[in-house]
Amino acid sequence: MTTNLLEVTRLNLGFQTSRGVLKALRDVTLHVPEGSIVGVVGESGCGKSTLIYAIIKLLAANARFNGGQILFQGRDLLPLSTEEIRKIRGSQISMIFQDPMTALNPVHSIQRQMLDIQYRDQISQNEKKQRAVAMLEKVGIVDAARRLKHFPHHFSGGMRQRIAIAMALLSKPALLMADEPTTALDATLEAQIVRQLRELQQEINCSILFVSHHLGLVAEFCDRVAVMYAGEVVEEGAVRDIFHRSTHPYTRALLECDPAGIKEKTRYLPTIPGAFPDLVNPPRGCIFQDRCPRVMDQCRMQSPNLIPVSNGHVARCFLVNSCTSNASLLSETVNREP
Amino acid sequence: MSSLLEIKDLRIRFQSKNRLQALLDGDSDPFIDAVCSASLKLNSGETLALVGESGAGKTTLGRAIIGLNQPQEGSIRFQGQELTRLPDRAFKAFRRNIAMMFQDPVGSLSPRLRVRSLITEPFKIHKIQVKDLEAEAERLLNLVGLPPSFATVYAHQLSGGQARRIGVARALALSPKLIIADEPTAGLDVSVQGEILNLMNRLQEETGVSFLIITHNLNVVRHISHRMAIMYLGRFVEYGLTDDIFAQPLHPYTLALLSANPSPDPDQPKSELQLEGEIPSLLKRPTGCEFHPRCPFVRPDCSRITPVTSSPRAGHSLACHYPLLKD
Repeated sequence: MTTNLLEVTRLNLGFQTSRGVLKALRDVTLHVPEGSIVGVVGESGCGKSTLIYAIIKLLAANARFNGGQILFQGRDLLPLSTEEIRKIRGSQISMIFQDPMTALNPVHSIQRQMLDIQYRDQISQNEKKQRAVAMLEKVGIVDAARRLKHFPHHFSGGMRQRIAIAMALLSKPALLMADEPTTALDATLEAQIVRQLRELQQEINCSILFVSHHLGLVAEFCDRVAVMYAGEVVEEGAVRDIFHRSTHPYTRALLECDPAGIKEKTRYLPTIPGAFPDLVNPPRGCIFQDRCPRVMDQCRMQSPNLIPVSNGHVARCFLVNSCTSNASLLSETVNREP
Repeated sequence: MSSLLEIKDLRIRFQSKNRLQALLDGDSDPFIDAVCSASLKLNSGETLALVGESGAGKTTLGRAIIGLNQPQEGSIRFQGQELTRLPDRAFKAFRRNIAMMFQDPVGSLSPRLRVRSLITEPFKIHKIQVKDLEAEAERLLNLVGLPPSFATVYAHQLSGGQARRIGVARALALSPKLIIADEPTAGLDVSVQGEILNLMNRLQEETGVSFLIITHNLNVVRHISHRMAIMYLGRFVEYGLTDDIFAQPLHPYTLALLSANPSPDPDQPKSELQLEGEIPSLLKRPTGCEFHPRCPFVRPDCSRITPVTSSPRAGHSLACHYPLLKD
């Protein structure tokens, strides 16, 4: 039995807006086992990024937690003061941001930025520099000692993202959170970076929480996957559970809509009919009810909990209980008509 | 069938430093070739996809067709008429037959205009008298599947998918023959992406409009384009029917692009072919075949001899010394 490095339990987070409280995360439960890579997928606006910013509490001033727990190495992060959470950020939990162009400071050299990030360590500047060079070499930057003097604009997009990864891993974190780390890069680079990330993860033995909307990358890279929709985790399980035995109608719809998964050439791509719910006034009952083809009376009355499907595979859907033939779900969820 | 658009040996150059600086540096040619000897044909009612990594020259080529970049050499013929070196006034008459959907859907809409003004602006620019602009706006909104109430909305109130639809509506305003769509689905979710592509396909069937789609998303290309051109450092490395290229890519770069596209299936065998390094700088083009520093099948000749474009079968062209033929 592996232990969980990170356990998010029934987390609720709202943003105060002029229209009322926008319930951005509702009842989010997620586990990151030690030494594994967990993918978080979902459409834009579903709360993927909000979730990882909530974990390190990098949130706007109008954000309010409404209950829940974020256990990291057995310690709840929610009640921690700003001072205490700062000690964890960047040392035990570090982060790779989406856009490598803006994640680095353009007016400082890479050397200055890579030394500054080690401000906690009581070692000489020279040792810090050696560590920076070693880490840059690990992420595949040739002639690292010389290039350390260069500024971010001297590097291409892929190199900058490699530098950002090197900086995130300098402190040998227990948990690395990557927010769409390859979205800004070309496909050939995307594969390079992700493979490198996987090698580094095994070398320093950390866990990765990998946020992406690229289903192909998640399938290749992750051990476990959580699917989010409108601020809720609707399904979570091992990567094969999600990609081969998905139970929630939303997960199925999402997988079916991905043109990469469509083997036959078609002029008309499937879509999910309907619109995203309003999170200021979320509907009573299941959050996916208005777009779900299998909606039942029960779904409009009460909200389903995460129900176990099999060992380590849960789905927030009443169908799990009443499920007789899952296969019939497949072709109903999405709109195939032109 | 006569082609709607025919581009031949197009070359677009940008000056990289001023002449004095070039003289001081001993640089005889202070220009870079953003697009180099590009040739293509697009028939009415067809879709052509331009594919390649960032910096390959896809957008530069697209912008040259509507006159936003001036080519130095080569020809662009639209409905048989040469567009390069055409005087401005004559060009404008052709320009209404070619519309462009720009890359950034929200950024390409003025934040100070309502949707009604945004989508009827082409009529004003081309001084076309329309009886009822209001009705015209409604017709265009209807065409792209938005309710008439959207006419009074501002750009910042639109979601990404809606802004994209407004971009399509605006491109359709003058019933063009050709629409150039620069990354029409970048940044959209899979479901919304499907909606936009279905919309473009439906409009093509209804109106016979041709599309030139600029994209790096190969999954999309397979489903919507008839032909595709793969660009690398401003040159076409492979060009042909989409079905042929997906069935059997002949250029190693095409194969690399196809295999850099992981399938959403964890049990799918992972592709062994993996490119090293990044796209080289246009300031320092590699010698010989420009793909040789990254090519997994490189042979000694490749770094010395520039490959000439060959045609292994009708309508398919290729620039490689050693195409990947199945034995």
